[in-house]
Amino acid sequence: MDIILFYGLAVAGVAWSYTKSRQKTRQALQKAWKSFENILPSFAFILLLIGASLALISPSAVSELLGAQSGWAGLGIAAALGSITLIPGFIAFPLARAVLEMGAGIMQVAVFVSTLMMVGVVTAPMEARYFNRKTMLLRNGMSLLYSFAVAYVLAKVVG
Amino acid sequence: MTVLMRYKWVILALAADFAVFAWNPVWGRQIAFQTTNSFVEMLSFLPPVFIILGLLDVWVPREVVISHLGRGSGLRGMTLAIFLGAAAAGPLYGAFPVAAVMMKKGASLYNVMLFLGAWSTLKIPMFLFETQYLGLTFSVTRWICSLVGIVVMAFLIDRWVPEKEKQEIYNKHQ
Repeated sequence: MDIILFYGLAVAGVAWSYTKSRQKTRQALQKAWKSFENILPSFAFILLLIGASLALISPSAVSELLGAQSGWAGLGIAAALGSITLIPGFIAFPLARAVLEMGAGIMQVAVFVSTLMMVGVVTAPMEARYFNRKTMLLRNGMSLLYSFAVAYVLAKVVG
Repeated sequence: MTVLMRYKWVILALAADFAVFAWNPVWGRQIAFQTTNSFVEMLSFLPPVFIILGLLDVWVPREVVISHLGRGSGLRGMTLAIFLGAAAAGPLYGAFPVAAVMMKKGASLYNVMLFLGAWSTLKIPMFLFETQYLGLTFSVTRWICSLVGIVVMAFLIDRWVPEKEKQEIYNKHQ
């Protein structure tokens, strides 16, 4: 679905641009290629890491570590897993539910989901290149802390 | 040679994958499968995103971005930044190149951080998916908490990064 939307938009945009100015269109495509090629080595490395981690980490092992009684240790593991891994949402949410049904705690799952989305250890070097180290550390550090606050609220409201 | 140097981490990771494959072909095949999937996911949205960014870069005048998302764009700028992030799709790493073009065109760091925060955790398609799997109470509560959080964090980052460093960040994208 997304794929058609994105490529459709890009093709429509290029076509529109081409009718307006050939030269500007060429310029735009050159810029697009340059910034893509510039970041490609980092992307490729990250994707290789994601592929390996998704292949080697099993859901049942995850649920064992994140049980409702796992307490702070479980929260810590959930935060670490969420921060380090880069699981796409369409896998993460079914996984989160499966893990909940296997007996994981709501706080642990909430911390996992929150850090998964907001904290990116693997992409941190890339983020530091686009911004700087301090900004990257501030954003990821605060997001990590805040994920615990969100989990606390969620446990009160949902649990 | 320089190309090889640029891709040294990629080559290293590939070598590690092949080593795993040689040691345990079942794991190796799983890695190959998952890696292919993540590359397909990337290729399904990233190239068109870069093309759209290239077009925006060429066609959208700096003044327009500054007036809508620059310093002093106020509540309207904040709302727009959050909306742009929430309407997006794709993993967080896709947001960085977009943020780069926003900065190049003069959006304020505060609004860029709001955009990044919204992209990371407020995405509408993700929210629907989350509701389906974890329930409406869970997803709505998390969405509201996250909204508050990203506004506070963007505010703090904007305050804690000194003017000089902001200038250095913006200079990277000129």
